[in-house]
This record gives sequence, C-alpha cells and structure tokens, in this order.
Amino acid sequence: MDLYEYQARDLFEAHGVPVLAGIVAYTPEEAKAAAEKIGGVVVVKAQVKVGGRGKAGGVKVAKTPDEAFEYASNILGMDIKGHTVKKVMIAQGADIAEEYYFSILLDRANRNYLAMCSVEGGMEIEQLAVERPEALARIAVDPAVGIDQAKADEIVAAAGFAEELRPKIAETLIKLWDVFKKEDATLVEVNPLVKTGAGDIIALDGKVSLDENADFRQSGHAELEDKEATDPLEARAKELDLNYVKLDGQVGIIGNGAGLVMSTLDVVAYAGERHGNVKPANFLDIGGGASAEVMANGLDVILNDDQVKSVFVNVFGGITACDAVANGIVKALEILGDKATKPLVVRLDGNNVDEGRRILREANHPLVTSATSMDEGADKAAELANA
Amino acid sequence: MAIFINKDSKVIVQGITGGEGSKHTSRMLHAGTNIVGGVNARKAGTTVKHKDQHGAEIELPVFGSVKEAMAETGADVSIVFVPPAFTKDAVVEAIEAEIGLVVVITEGVPVQDSAEFWALAQSKKDANGEQVTRIIGPNCPGIITPGESLVGITPANITGKGGVGLVSKSGTLTYQMMYELRDLGFSTAIGIGGDPVIGTTHIDALAAFEADPDTKAIVMIGEIGGDAEERAAEFIKKNVTKPVVGYVAGFTAPEGKTMGHAGAIVSGSSGTAQAKKEALEAAGVKVGKTPSETAHLLREVYPEHEEASNL
Repeated sequence: MDLYEYQARDLFEAHGVPVLAGIVAYTPEEAKAAAEKIGGVVVVKAQVKVGGRGKAGGVKVAKTPDEAFEYASNILGMDIKGHTVKKVMIAQGADIAEEYYFSILLDRANRNYLAMCSVEGGMEIEQLAVERPEALARIAVDPAVGIDQAKADEIVAAAGFAEELRPKIAETLIKLWDVFKKEDATLVEVNPLVKTGAGDIIALDGKVSLDENADFRQSGHAELEDKEATDPLEARAKELDLNYVKLDGQVGIIGNGAGLVMSTLDVVAYAGERHGNVKPANFLDIGGGASAEVMANGLDVILNDDQVKSVFVNVFGGITACDAVANGIVKALEILGDKATKPLVVRLDGNNVDEGRRILREANHPLVTSATSMDEGADKAAELANA
Repeated sequence: MAIFINKDSKVIVQGITGGEGSKHTSRMLHAGTNIVGGVNARKAGTTVKHKDQHGAEIELPVFGSVKEAMAETGADVSIVFVPPAFTKDAVVEAIEAEIGLVVVITEGVPVQDSAEFWALAQSKKDANGEQVTRIIGPNCPGIITPGESLVGITPANITGKGGVGLVSKSGTLTYQMMYELRDLGFSTAIGIGGDPVIGTTHIDALAAFEADPDTKAIVMIGEIGGDAEERAAEFIKKNVTKPVVGYVAGFTAPEGKTMGHAGAIVSGSSGTAQAKKEALEAAGVKVGKTPSETAHLLREVYPEHEEASNL
C-alpha cells in the first residue's frame, strides 16, 4: 500500500523524524484555515500517489491564507497523470539551503534492504541514477541488523556529506530506519531531505509503501487505506475477503490460484483478439478452497460489474476436487437466483473432472456452458462477450 | 535422484496439530511421504493419529522443538504450516536446528520476516561454505518428487514419475502444467512461491535440474514482478544444457496492482511479462503464450527416445 505524502509525514513525525507542520485539506476553506493556523508562507501541495505533480502545477507557494485558498481551489479537482486531486497538504514554508536524497527499500533480487543516499537531492532519483550514478551511494543493509550507528555512518560517508553534517544526517537516517522497520514498510523515501538556512535537517517530502501482509500486527494501518479512491467493486470484494482487481474489459474472470488467474486473463485477452477485441474485466482468485459461498460472493461481485458481458470460470481441481467446485457453482447460481443474468463458461480440469462435468451437465443451468480446456473456455467466453 | 527430496527424505511437520497441518499431513502420508513426526511446543509428548500410504493406523509423535524432533527421528526436512504471525519463529527454529530443508507453505508472511529468516539462513554455512538450510517458499505449494515424496500441498495424483523438471512461482499453474504433461511424468516439480522474498529461486532449481540425471527437460514458469526470470535467463544461457521451455503469466496485468501474489506487481516499467519473455527468448528459451502452447513446446524439445517407455 502506497501512502500519500501527508500520511508519510505523519508517520515520520510519530517516529521522531524532523518534519515541518503540515495539515491536510479537502476544500479551499480548509486550506485557508490550515494556512492561518500554520502562519507565514505555506506550500499548497496536491496529494496524489504519482510523481511529477510539481511540473503539472500541483505545488504552489502561498504567501497569505487567501492565496492558499486560491491555489487550493485551482489544485483540488485537477487531473495529474490520470489521478484526480481530492486533497491538498498545506505545509509550512521551508528556508531551503541544500537538498539531499535518502531512501531505504526492499531489494528483491538480493533479498535484503538497499539504502540509497545522495547529496544531490530534489531531482528525480531515476534520472540521477542514470546521469550521475557516482553521485548516488548504494549501500546494502542487513535485515538482521538494520541501520545502526555504524551503518548510518557508512551511508553518510559514502554519500559524500561534509564531515560536520554527518552526525546530524546519520541521526535522521536511524530514525527513518525506525519508520521502515517498525511500520513494516517496503519503501521509505525522502526527497528532498533538506538543510535549512538555520542548519536544521528536515524531511520535506516523503514516500512510504507499507506491506499489507503485516496488517495483522499493524493495527494503525487500516485507517491509512484510501477508501474514497478505491473502486466500489474492489471495496465490495475486499469486504467479502476476495482477492479482486478491477480491470477494463467485458469478460469476467474467476479462477483458483494467483498464477492460474493471471494466465487466464492473458488467454482471454488473446481469444478476445478474435472476437471484437474484448478484454478481461477483472482478476479474481477464489483460492484453493472454492466453496459454494466464496463462488457465490465472487459471482456476485463480477455480475455487478456493468461492463461484464460474460463470465469465464477457470478452475483446476487440486485439493478441492472438481465435483466440489461444480457443486459450488450450482449452489452459487441458486443463491444468486435472478441476480445471475450473464452467460457463464466453466472449465474444470484436474481431480474428479468427470464427476464435476457430470454435475454441471445434470444441473443443466441455462446460463452455463462447459468447456473442456482453458483455451476453448476463453474462446467461448470472449465470443459470448462480443455477441 | 530427483532434486531436493526423494524417498529417503524424513519429514517433520511444524504445525502438525493445526487444521491445515493436519489435513496435509494426511495427504502427504497418502502420497508416500515418510513423515516421522511433528512439532508443537504446547503439545509436546502427545501423538497424532493418521493413516499411512496403505491405510494402516499410525501414531506420529509431537515434539517440543525442531531440534528435539531431529535428534529423536533423524528428520532432515521440515514443512511449515503455522499462521503468518508465527512463521518467522518457526523458520528461525528450523534454521537454528540446522535442518537441511525447510518448506514454508504459509501465505501472508510479512516480507521483513522473510528477509530476516533468509539473512539468518545465509549466515549458517557448513565446512564447505555451503548454506546449511535450504528454504523453499514462503507462499508456495512446496515440492513433489512423484512416486517418492511430497512435501507440500500439490495434488499427488495428477501424474507420476518421469523426465520433466518443473519450477514455478505459482501453485495452480504448477498443477496445470503437470496435468498438461501428465503422460510424460515429472522428476520433481517445485513451487518456489509468489512472494517478493523467497528462499530457493528459479536459478537454484535450474542448477539442480541440470545436475539431476533423471531430468531430461525443464519447464520454467514465471509471473510479473521482480527480475528473477531475467536473471534465470542469464543463468540458462551460461549454465543449462538441457532443453528448457518457459511460460510467463501476467501480460495483461495493469501497472501498480498486486495480482494475488504479494510479489506479482508491475512497478513502473519493470517486472513486466513482456520483458521476462524477451529475456528468456534471448537466452534461447522458447516461451509459450498459453500453458497449453508451453506444454506443446516442451514436447517438441523433449528427448524422444527417452519418452515414457523407460521411465
């Protein structure tokens, strides 16, 4: 889960990382009130989970609360790379003397963490890494140790900070490690980390990604979730504990196992090329269990997607054998009753496949067509969606 | 031969008394796995009743720790079925006990926990400098050497022994591919898991299959996220002489969305299925557009005279 800048700022503050005052605002009136509260020069910053908002005009310096009101009116509702701005952060103005860069992230390839640090902050780090790789220190961090004093000293030295600055920066890095570790983050990035005219070190802009697998021990993370930005079907699926991602297509997909479902989306997209270019409408993994209730919930979500014209149920019967899955589908259609209105193509393979197909045949549901292979099922479902 | 497990593997189940642990202990026994006991500190000294492969009643001892279980039974493999909140401790215990292989089935383990137990596993080397404990998973279906041993949740009756070696990030795609190629049979099929941090990688499995005389050809299944497939492609180019075919899932996955598996996410322009396919093809690996086409490609490269008859 990626956080908004203001949420990252709040987490930083909670872990003792130096930040400036910042208040989130949803309306120009709130923006003005926030600017009055903070006092002096403020910055109105669009809160979107995408880079490049400065260039898009989503960041403005306001000298007075009235200016803050005006800029917030302009920025709220703005479209930045497909993201609509629904809130702004009113941030205390900073007297920036120098800008630096720091991040710590999960390094999948090396199965440890990577700290990156540069005395040249402010710019896009991807650009810096390409244009001046020597200016970006990359230091591996042992997950068993983390960023302790020794590691922090190593990082600030490698990044080339002036001697007199190092202790203060190192102290901040250790606190940012606290954020990473204690919040179960997979990314903590500060860009820029600044030195003010008075010599203070401040995390001016932050980006944090949290590991949702750790939600069971991070009770505070639930409220960071962006409910208003979530697609309503995705929100409904989440309530039902379904693994669902909304896509932009006409063929609803239900399958078991993440890999098989991803593969099903691809196969349906290929089949769609022969049938008016229809595309998969969603990702939905109902897991190994595939009980009637889960199947009914899954179908319910998918059939509520107005774009969906047909549904492809692609299940490989493993631990839950095909007869149980077939019974699940039949019962799910009973549960849904009149709500089930779109044609279903069902492909079953694997354990007890003959019995599973027999159950579907005998149920003889008018909406259900059986397919004997994944390719055939995808083709039929695409054809029906294009009808 | 096969890789990583065979009929001689002595297996303990961490979490043997839990719902999943109990269910799969029974399935693994049915598949012929030599399960010698389980671990649950709170139920140490008790036994659990199961049936062996031939349906005879057996009692498996429950030990207080992996170390004790190993000392009493000579176990060399452990499989972990404990919930995510306790997985790190269970795996750490297995590593500290210096077991040879630990298979972590649990889905939903925080990635920092996986990074920490991986760091610990890496720090334990034997006299030859080899890592003492191999980890498979987490978030994986485990490993099966058909006809010999199943340490995982893969259905054991899809197919039997044969010459195909399979390594995959996905469970159900593993089953699907075993089913497509059920007439050829498999030396070993290993699901390495869909998390961002996993123990055994595609490369580790490829190296083992290359060295395994029972394996005639290899299927490698990947999915979006990370660059493990790209690195595997490099490895194949330099080190693998046996025929390899590939499959990658997730061509239609949108950027920035996690597709079921925690690690299955396209970030910006990295981790795409297209990039993985291209890397594999550049290494001379034929990549199927669908699972069925991949099975077809495998048949084309499968050494003909070795087929079915003598396996």
